[in-house]
Amino acid sequence: MRSGTALDLVQLASGVVLAGAVLALWRRDLRALTSVLVLQGAALATLAAVLAVEGGSVALGVVAGVVLLAKAIVIPSLLARVVRRDPGSRETAPLVNVPASLVAAAGLVVLSYLVAGRLTGLFPDPLTRLAPLGLATVLIGFFVLVTRRKAVSQIVGLLLVDNGVALTAFLLTAGVPLLVELGASLDVLLVVVVLQVLATTMRARLGHVDLDQLRELHD
Amino acid sequence: MLVTAVLAVPLAAGALAGALPWRRAVGWAMVLANAAVLGLGIALAVEVDHHRVAGGLDGALRADALSAFMVVVIGAISLLASIQSIRYLEAEIARGEHGARHASLYSVLVQVFVACMLAAVLSANLGALWVAVEATTIATTFLVGHRRNDKALEASWKYVLICSVGIALAFFGTVLVYFAALHVPGHPTGASVLDWTSLMHASRRLDPGVVRLAMALLVLGYGTKVGLAPMHSWLPDAHSQAPAPVSALMSGVLLTVAFYALLRFKAVADAALGPGFTRGLLVIVGLASLLVAASLLLTQRDVKRMLAYHSIEHMGLIALGAAAGTTLAIAAVLLHILGHGLAKAVLFLASGEILLLEGTSEIEKIPALLARRPLLGGIFGFGLIALLGLPPFSLFVSELNMIRGEVDVGLGWAAGLSLVAMAVIFAAVMAHGRHLLLGGRGATSPSATSRLVGIPLVGGLVACAAFGLSAWPLQSLLDAAARVVVR
Repeated sequence: MRSGTALDLVQLASGVVLAGAVLALWRRDLRALTSVLVLQGAALATLAAVLAVEGGSVALGVVAGVVLLAKAIVIPSLLARVVRRDPGSRETAPLVNVPASLVAAAGLVVLSYLVAGRLTGLFPDPLTRLAPLGLATVLIGFFVLVTRRKAVSQIVGLLLVDNGVALTAFLLTAGVPLLVELGASLDVLLVVVVLQVLATTMRARLGHVDLDQLRELHD
Repeated sequence: MLVTAVLAVPLAAGALAGALPWRRAVGWAMVLANAAVLGLGIALAVEVDHHRVAGGLDGALRADALSAFMVVVIGAISLLASIQSIRYLEAEIARGEHGARHASLYSVLVQVFVACMLAAVLSANLGALWVAVEATTIATTFLVGHRRNDKALEASWKYVLICSVGIALAFFGTVLVYFAALHVPGHPTGASVLDWTSLMHASRRLDPGVVRLAMALLVLGYGTKVGLAPMHSWLPDAHSQAPAPVSALMSGVLLTVAFYALLRFKAVADAALGPGFTRGLLVIVGLASLLVAASLLLTQRDVKRMLAYHSIEHMGLIALGAAAGTTLAIAAVLLHILGHGLAKAVLFLASGEILLLEGTSEIEKIPALLARRPLLGGIFGFGLIALLGLPPFSLFVSELNMIRGEVDVGLGWAAGLSLVAMAVIFAAVMAHGRHLLLGGRGATSPSATSRLVGIPLVGGLVACAAFGLSAWPLQSLLDAAARVVVR
């Protein structure tokens, strides 16, 4: 990092991604979850753009544009379409209630600092030092996946995991090679399209998108 | 040239299926394309034997003996599945469940799925490998949900969600490997860092701490797609709800394509860490998978779910074999990948035929198959014998060699535990199989089985038995492929 402002921006963007994950745990209104994703997507795109300017990398600039388009615009609006069909929808009965979830999130952040301490100790670099934030986002995404039962919440959990991985990739390696990054963004986008279609079909056939009521397949 | 052609053929066939309205001739064109993939795979195997490497698309594609072997496996199973697809789609149209447009969509998706698997095993870059494996999930989701009922919907939801999370972890692992490689002094930077050759070149100097974290994520992540415990819960649902030819492809090859990714990363991690760390991880997930399969197989009531749990068992065995990691053991793992793929594809295709003729896949409702439909029952019976690892089928040889490899490296205790689990599974499958084949009902007049079904399935079993009696045409390829990942 050559300039202090750039580093400030990177730190801010990384913090916003983690804060978004915590917000997703806190808010039970499903509509708020899509705004959280917009916020995270914008933060990731900012991060990529700052790294592109700092490194003078055109490829990374392209990645920033793709991230903005996919993660901050297209994916949240796809999700908003699912939510809109289900007005007033809330995560009514998460397996773990909100205060306990927030305490768990704090624990997960501590855990990720412990696990990623090895990385930050070995390569003491201001960007590497932020990597635990990415890992914490991944872990909170996991937590959402395990404890929330609405289809939309589960998609959000998956996207939190994905955004956490993307954040770590930017911080550690200034993004993976362009081709892989583009492939990864396209894949995630397609997965969300697939999930959106499935959720819409579920709604049409069953009249709800509550995964607790899907219990036909079990042993 | 050859490598590019392998990838182009199924894509061209998919485009053809999308452009033309579905009819029998289009189905045969798919069969022809997959036969061509098998043929090209064999040609590739001959070309790259003895440590040579073939490339394509400006270095983006790369085939060594291991890739060539996987192309052969993918080609063989796609060939079997595409023949059965014709029968499946015709029956579906005849019943009026879906129209020709649906059949076209099905054919396109299957060909894209096959192309994604081929791209995965032919990628020079381990990041591109990840993109291709993730793409297989997307291509197969709508195939799993092809029947569009509530169960199929639930299965596809679980499938895409759990596999996407798993594969996101694998991406995390890949990023960490990339990070470690970037910090090797003198290692080239840029897009080629994750290329197999340059990564293997730098592998000894990768930071061990980072690689340990990466490998744990990769085993968990790709392990999800392999169907290894603890991330296996999607597998029985997806494999039982998908149309039979798709189940055959998913169970027969897709699982092992994901395992191929693990074999590659294992080679990198072993160079950086020594064999101990990855061995520990693979032993844990392998034994856990065997435990899951052994404890749940007996209670299964559905033929396809039984076969799906059987896949979890075999993936566990393969993980244990890979944990041993000697050339002998890895060659056995690869032979097991082929043998399991053939036998499992034959059984899934046979179960599709059973569902078609009997209208159910519940074991309880289809007794005495052997008396009523001798050929189909016989295929099913021999398929089960093959999967249980009895001679003369190749799974007997590969299981024996994997156990020998495990004992050689001091994993005799794990091999012993796996034998216990296999004995339990043997008893469970025999109980189901006895009812299914011999059953209680009195004899009725036997009915014939369609040749479109009989010939390919018998062919698959004969091939599986032939490699069990003599691995001669394969042995040098298996050894060369094993030496790619054993240094």
